[in-house]
Amino acid sequence: MSAVRAEGPTTTWLPVCTTDQLSRERGVAALVGGRAVALFRTYDDEWFALDNHCPFAHASVLARGIVGTRGDVPFVASPMLKQPFGLRDGVCLDDPSVRVPTYPVRVVAGVVEVGVGSP
Amino acid sequence: MSPTASGRRPRIVVVGHGMVGHRFVAAAVERGLTATHDVVVYGEERRVAYDRVALTSFFEVGADALSLLPSGVYDDPRVALHTETSVVGIDREARRVRLADGTTASYDELVLATGAAPFVPPVPGKDLDGCFVYRTIEDLEAIRDAAARPRADGSKARGIVIGGGLLGLEAANALVQLGVEAHVVEMAPRLMPVQLDGAAGATLVRHIEKLGVHVHCGVVSTEVLDDGTGRVAGLGLRDADALEAEIVVFSAGIRPRDALAREAGLAVAERGGILVDEQLRSTTDPHVWAIGECAAPAGRMYGLVAPGYTMAEIVADTLLGGTAGAFTGADMSTKLKLLGVDVASFGDAFATGPDALELVFADAVAGLYKKLVVGPAGPDADGNPREDAWVLLGGILVGDASSYGVLRPLVSSGMLLPENPEELILPESRGALQLGLPDEAVVCSCNNVTKGDLLAAVDVDGEHRCEDLGAVKACTSAGTTCGSCVTTVKGVIEDYFGEIGKAVDTSLCEHFPLTRQELFDVVAVHGYRSFTEIVEAHGTGRGCDICKPAVASVLASQTGGHVLEGEVGALQDTNDAYLANIQRNGTYSVVPRIAGGEITPEGLIVIGEVARDFGLYTKITGGQRIDLFGARMEELPLIWSRLVDAGFESGHAYGKSLRTVKSCVGSTWCRYGVQDSVQLAIDLELRYRGLRSPHKLKGGVSGCARECAEARSKDFGVIATEKGWNLYVGGNGGATPRHAQLLVGDVDTETLVRYLDRYLMYYVRTADRLQRTAPWIESLEGGLDRVREIVVEDSLGLGTELEAAMARHVEGYFDEWKATLEDPEKLSRFVSFVNAPGQPDPNITFTTERGQIKPVNLDEPVVLGTSIPVGAPR
Ligand code: SRM
Ligand SMILES: Cc1cc2nc3c(=O)[nH]c(=O)nc-3n(C[C@H](O)[C@H](O)[C@H](O)COP(=O)(O)OP(=O)(O)OC[C@H]3O[C@@H](n4cnc5c(N)ncnc54)[C@H](O)[C@@H]3O)c2cc1C
Ligand code: SF4
Ligand code: FES
Repeated sequence: MSAVRAEGPTTTWLPVCTTDQLSRERGVAALVGGRAVALFRTYDDEWFALDNHCPFAHASVLARGIVGTRGDVPFVASPMLKQPFGLRDGVCLDDPSVRVPTYPVRVVAGVVEVGVGSP
Repeated sequence: MSPTASGRRPRIVVVGHGMVGHRFVAAAVERGLTATHDVVVYGEERRVAYDRVALTSFFEVGADALSLLPSGVYDDPRVALHTETSVVGIDREARRVRLADGTTASYDELVLATGAAPFVPPVPGKDLDGCFVYRTIEDLEAIRDAAARPRADGSKARGIVIGGGLLGLEAANALVQLGVEAHVVEMAPRLMPVQLDGAAGATLVRHIEKLGVHVHCGVVSTEVLDDGTGRVAGLGLRDADALEAEIVVFSAGIRPRDALAREAGLAVAERGGILVDEQLRSTTDPHVWAIGECAAPAGRMYGLVAPGYTMAEIVADTLLGGTAGAFTGADMSTKLKLLGVDVASFGDAFATGPDALELVFADAVAGLYKKLVVGPAGPDADGNPREDAWVLLGGILVGDASSYGVLRPLVSSGMLLPENPEELILPESRGALQLGLPDEAVVCSCNNVTKGDLLAAVDVDGEHRCEDLGAVKACTSAGTTCGSCVTTVKGVIEDYFGEIGKAVDTSLCEHFPLTRQELFDVVAVHGYRSFTEIVEAHGTGRGCDICKPAVASVLASQTGGHVLEGEVGALQDTNDAYLANIQRNGTYSVVPRIAGGEITPEGLIVIGEVARDFGLYTKITGGQRIDLFGARMEELPLIWSRLVDAGFESGHAYGKSLRTVKSCVGSTWCRYGVQDSVQLAIDLELRYRGLRSPHKLKGGVSGCARECAEARSKDFGVIATEKGWNLYVGGNGGATPRHAQLLVGDVDTETLVRYLDRYLMYYVRTADRLQRTAPWIESLEGGLDRVREIVVEDSLGLGTELEAAMARHVEGYFDEWKATLEDPEKLSRFVSFVNAPGQPDPNITFTTERGQIKPVNLDEPVVLGTSIPVGAPR
């Protein structure tokens, strides 16, 4: 796991939804600490959170993209113009100079929590 | 805020109706401030607010096109706008403003948006006839009139701009446009001294001189010369010969218009501008606010419009009782095209930070100067120092600023630069292959990708080795915006592969080594019902945005069922996933079906009412129906339940499926018509509605050979004859228009429908992904004759099977939207936020234009609570 997703000393975990509110290979938008965050669940039940704002489209839409894999990297294609963003680190797979912020995610007793506040 | 003690509604007086004053009023209306407050605006100029940023385009487009409020009034009756009315005094004690005509007006809150005025240095002769500034439309009109006055000997007037900054160069640009010989005189040793370093400035000078502007840097003006009659004769310079000219434009900077505030005893900043706090409230008087160029938050004024807009939003929010907004500075990065030359400057452009290093690429011949300012990256997440890791601090680009969009966001992102950061500014190496088009030819104009760029991407010896169209699109962005260039892009790549003898890969994508047709066949043969089954048996990985929608389309054609049912829902492309078309700001458009373009007055009224009640933008489409734009995702079910109740159904504007069957009025009304074209168009549209296909499908029916329905520009076109119908196939509009060709003539309606069933179903089964009927027919061996063999002559004996497949489609049809409304499971996806379903996404904002809403895109995500929520309450 890359540094951007790691839990830090000051991480606050905010409960967002229950696991059954999100089906596999789909995203939902959530409001986390005032920010629109895109929450994804992969086919293997890994959970990821990215900022919902697509830096190419300048719109809050990433949660609505198609989720898939490139090689073994899980990614979401921005629904607007299809730029692919790796779910693990938020880096655009076609243009590594662009990255969307990521947030750590954990599941506690069926509740999905997103971490804010640290790196 | 509650009504005043007297019971009167509290009143906000706005002084100045420029860009920022207008934005404040718009925000006050959008956010609902006018529900409790009256707003009175006094503007000194003759015109209502206009786009000053685009001022120079006035000569081309005229004043009307620049207006920010073309109707001249705000729709909201609570806003009163007075133009040509100057405020001349403020009585803070009595909370009244005094107008030029001596009358006064009271306020509860006073918002000053008086902007800035050009600074005219105190040189002798500055008031002579022929001296101008460059700020208002009237200034430009005056300059235009002066430019039109020939000199005594009949030759063109000459002009000098004093000041070689951003605005000075704009003014020089204007003079060039007016056909005036233009000189720029700049005191500093280079142009745009605030944004550019010496080398960048020198590169810019070379570009600008090529365009016919004479540049004089490091030169001080001493006086404007008089021709003896009170008119400008030229400009005297220190240590240099005087320049002759009839026009002098001062562009030596701007000064905030803070005189009103000074006289009223409000604190102003040392270098001018009304001193305000982070909420833009005067530090002297809590009922006075200042926004835009006249304001100086923390003592600093901002000469760009974006910070002004932010200030306007914050004041509107604060007056509504919000506590979240705070103005803490603004990004002063600049990118512009000056006289056709790209110039950008961003971040720490002068490498002032400690340990900042400069990487420079310069090519004097090509007129390029690109500089990156980089600094060492801080420690990593675990606190360990990092060697040889760099972050971007700023940069300057002259001559080619195409990388600005990539570089600018890197600054302040803290992201590590790639190992060789200089590659970010080096021009890409280009293959020298000659394939019809020259390498410089721009193949994709949306993304400015040349043929050379494409070849570089596929070049076998080079770094990038894109193997197919998908990879090339991904790596060059060619074809990713409007899509109209995809065929050309594909052609260029395939030509190249052909040239070097490489087999062209026809795989759908990295997950499937199959074409769409092969995929269609394996699904049919094995009877698969889910993506997982298919990818596990015939592919790898978990799919992508190419194969998932293709599989979804294949499954829909073969099995029917709802496109949002279970796992299939996760395969749908952007628009299908929400049964609506996504728009640039993340909202959606709604298109109810209006079969054949025929609609009753009641139907029109319902659409009008729905649009009005949800505040949607409405437009008549090119497909004879009505599109309603700007619906938030969570509003779609509400909108559709109104439409469905009134008898409307999905128009499938979002699907790769039948769109419309366009009709002309036909024999019912038209004196030439020989058949009822409207009836046939409606019947065909209702027959094929909802049919999922490789690409969208369109039809048309005309009532006679005059062809008013443009049926031959459709995938299937029907034209009435005395004896029946002529059927044409394979037409389209778009980037590569094709006229449909005659498949069969003079058939009766029943035969026509049978042939159409076969034709469409054969297309659905065998065409490639995103291939419309015209290229599909071309790709078949035998072309149109092949289609005729199969459809009319039934030489493969497929006819009955194709007809049966279509019959199943017709029987299985149901309205997707109605079904969605009846299913809580599907409806549960139509929420803005999973944990705050009723909260509108604050990232979605609108302005208005021509009396309707218009989306605004935001560069950065909005954070509720810690910065300004900019959503219009709806
Ligand atoms: C709304 C409309 C423009 C308008 O304001 O009139 C429109 C809007 C769009 N067109 Fe169109 N087209 C519209 C009529 C047309 C027409 C005219 C016609 O149908 O008679 C054409 C040329 C005819 C044709 O298709 O052959 C047309 C040729 C295209 C093309 C190019 C197709 C091609 O084969 O080259 C695209 C791109 C594509 O589909 O890949 C496109 C794509 C689009 C999309 C769907 C782009 C997108 O994916 O967001 C636009 C979104 C619609 C929306 O948000 O609701 N639109 N488009 C028209 C909707 C018609 C309708 O009622 O459904
Ligand atoms: C040629 C040109 C090019 C520019 N290019 C850019 C650019 O590329 N990017 C960018 O960000 N910015 C650019 N700007 C700057 C931008 O136009 C300003 O930042 C913006 O207009 C500021 O808005 P404002 O409302 O504060 O001031 P203004 O738009 O100047 O509005 C102030 C209004 O208040 C009126 N007023 C003043 N005093 C009174 C009074 N006492 N009573 C009544 N009314 C009064 C004035 O007449 C004026 O109409 C450009 C400016 C110019 C002139
Ligand atoms: S196509 Fe023919 S019938 Fe239809 S409107 Fe035109 S002239 Fe009249
Ligand atoms: S021209 Fe290439 S995407 Fe529009």
